[in-house]
Amino acid sequence: MSDLTVQILQAVLALALAPLLTGMVRKTKASLQRRCGASIFQPYRDIARLMRKEAVVSHDASWIFPAAPTFILAATWVAAALVPMFAFANGLSSAADFIVIIGLLASTRFALALAGLDIGTSFGGLGSSREMLFATVAEPAILMLIFALSLICGTTRLVDIAGFIQGTQVAPHISLLLAFAGLAMLAVVENGRIPVDNPATHLELTMVHEAMVLEYSGRHLAQIELAASLKLLFYVSLISAVFLPWGIAPAGASLGQIALGLIVYLFKLAVAAKLLAFFEISIAKMRVFRVPQFTGVALMLGLLAVILLLVSRSF
Amino acid sequence: MITLSDIIGDTDRRWPRVEVTQDVWEFARTQLAERKWDLIAHWGEPGAVHLALREHGSGTTGILSLDASRGSFPSLGRDCLPARRLERAISDVVGLVPDEAPDTRPWLDHGRWTVRHPQGTPEQPAGPQRYEFLPVEGESLHQIPVGPVHAGIIEPGHFRFTCSGETVVRLEARLGYVHKGIEALIAGAPLEHAAKLAARTSGDTTVAYSTAFALAVETACAAEVPARALYLRAIMLELERIANHFGDVGAICNDAAFSLMLANCGVVREQVLRAAHAAFGHRLMMDRVIPGGVATDLAPTGQREIEKLLKKIRKAFPAIVALYEDTASLQDRTVRTGMLRHDLAMEFGAGGFIGRASGRSFDTRKVLPWAPYDTLSFETPLLQRGDVDARIRIRIAEIEQSCALLRQLLDTLPSGPILSEVVPRAAEGTAMVEGFRGDIFVWLRVNGDGSLARCHLRDPSWFQWPLLEAAIDGNIVADFPLCNKSFNCSYSGHDL
Repeated sequence: MSDLTVQILQAVLALALAPLLTGMVRKTKASLQRRCGASIFQPYRDIARLMRKEAVVSHDASWIFPAAPTFILAATWVAAALVPMFAFANGLSSAADFIVIIGLLASTRFALALAGLDIGTSFGGLGSSREMLFATVAEPAILMLIFALSLICGTTRLVDIAGFIQGTQVAPHISLLLAFAGLAMLAVVENGRIPVDNPATHLELTMVHEAMVLEYSGRHLAQIELAASLKLLFYVSLISAVFLPWGIAPAGASLGQIALGLIVYLFKLAVAAKLLAFFEISIAKMRVFRVPQFTGVALMLGLLAVILLLVSRSF
Repeated sequence: MITLSDIIGDTDRRWPRVEVTQDVWEFARTQLAERKWDLIAHWGEPGAVHLALREHGSGTTGILSLDASRGSFPSLGRDCLPARRLERAISDVVGLVPDEAPDTRPWLDHGRWTVRHPQGTPEQPAGPQRYEFLPVEGESLHQIPVGPVHAGIIEPGHFRFTCSGETVVRLEARLGYVHKGIEALIAGAPLEHAAKLAARTSGDTTVAYSTAFALAVETACAAEVPARALYLRAIMLELERIANHFGDVGAICNDAAFSLMLANCGVVREQVLRAAHAAFGHRLMMDRVIPGGVATDLAPTGQREIEKLLKKIRKAFPAIVALYEDTASLQDRTVRTGMLRHDLAMEFGAGGFIGRASGRSFDTRKVLPWAPYDTLSFETPLLQRGDVDARIRIRIAEIEQSCALLRQLLDTLPSGPILSEVVPRAAEGTAMVEGFRGDIFVWLRVNGDGSLARCHLRDPSWFQWPLLEAAIDGNIVADFPLCNKSFNCSYSGHDL
């Protein structure tokens, strides 16, 4: 199959599979709480329902508030589509630079925080201020982790990093393991999962992400929800592409190889959903001021990975 | 040194009511200010205000009444903080004005009732007025208004936070959104109907309210209640306590996003409710306690169902306690969060787990026992630290005690009738019962024809809501839900 076809297929599947991943996490959490829980397809129904509903916008909102969801969804989608999911595609690989992807996600955070402040409610401001508090440590941490990966692989291009690790059969590298742990921690912070934020809470005062989007409704909320699901899918894809790239079909692969890659990818998604649900159920949410410390650990892991690499090279 | 018993004179009644002069009222104010007496309740009726008191040390209890036919009475709130909201409520509901009151804002009445002073001389409502929250001054402070409509399905209340960054500088609650006019509805209602209204003051603690109401009516009418009925009431009361405590422990942990605890506790709570349904025909045992006894006898399989329940709890409980104690992330949230100082708990006379977690050991079942609690053996758990963790641990200990009480009650359950006739007579009755939240106080006056002239129901939350504002001080905003749930005060019982 041509690179472009694979690239388009990946982009479409990212959007199509994102709510399923959210549904799987919720279902697993429900069964761990001895509840039946909603079907794993419930997030699709929710999004369809929200799309039909009226979108209420506050009188005090500027153009930023209604525009932000579209921008956030678009930027998150592009970021998710650039990560190799089940096949390597070189179509957009020149753009699929790690730093570009992180830049896209940082801009969605900026847009969301701005939207939270835009309507002038106290919860929006509260959420935005907490989000920025977390971001001040989370963003340096993710850059540090990328430096570590780039130093190992000699490139910042995501496709090449994944290909390098898949191809050269690198032995368990201490820096790689540190980067893996750091990225997993950041995935929890960035997606607002327990113990950092609780996506299922109804308690306004404890919210971070939910506080910023509290005023959204209708199609705006649908876009925000879809973007949140896509972000989770992005992190799962990223971690599996960089650290567990096995099963990803090579560039120019046949239909059969791609089908196999897709099956492996779906399996990875299911495992990630289970692991995330298990982790979330076994831990209480931490105090807001402890989150920067938690994120700080990820930053230190990244720093350590880089230092270890430099030290080992100098010998 | 004048004591409370000097004022009320010799009597063998537990809650004698005496008319006093303004001088005695002022003396009571100084005693309250010096914390020699505890304020139990403070309410009004047209032309009079009443004050239920308990003396420290001697434990004497009594009610002082002051003539207020001139339309006002001397404020106690000047020196006695817990009296302030009660006075504001008297002013809203009856229309009697506390003289020189430090806080003259309305409390329960938000200007949206169809009449003003529903229990006094009804007047046309003035319409909604602007409510001034207490001023807070300082640099870079910001306010967060929360409620009365919340993101979750919970009772309505407004909380005004003033924060410096994430730290709460002041919290002020505004309540009264679920005022149902229960006391006004009870006035003039026949006994049977009044009992149903009283049972609905706060649905989660309906057995305690029914029991307090029934005891007050029985005191007023000098009715003898069959022994079996007294035991069945106690069984229901302890089942209610266990169900609510399990619900609370789960809900508190869930507010720290630890949903596993909610799931585990929810299972046990459901088992308690099902056992209650099997034994008494109603999951919450609503309207099962009535003046004169109980409405339904224990179902034939009831005793076995409760015994089975106790076995299930004995099996599940240690694992739940261990899960709480061994989850470090959860302990990190609860320990040293929302500390309530001992002296504040004493000053406000906080009852229930809130008082007992802050070193105030008051338990109506021990201090002012009613049958059959005077013959049962149990302990009142007591902790000093006053944080969220302590309030959870008190609940855990109380569940153990309640299970032990249930075993004693079932083992010694007498047989015989469950209901005796209450012959109405014009008289007054008072009762105090330990609900799961704390002491519920009921005072009422029965007419000779069997209807009720007046009734006052005082929820324990009256003295607990103000303490929540103190406990959150210096904590971060995000910890408020955790503190609030650990207090679990009643909106409905307070707003009445």
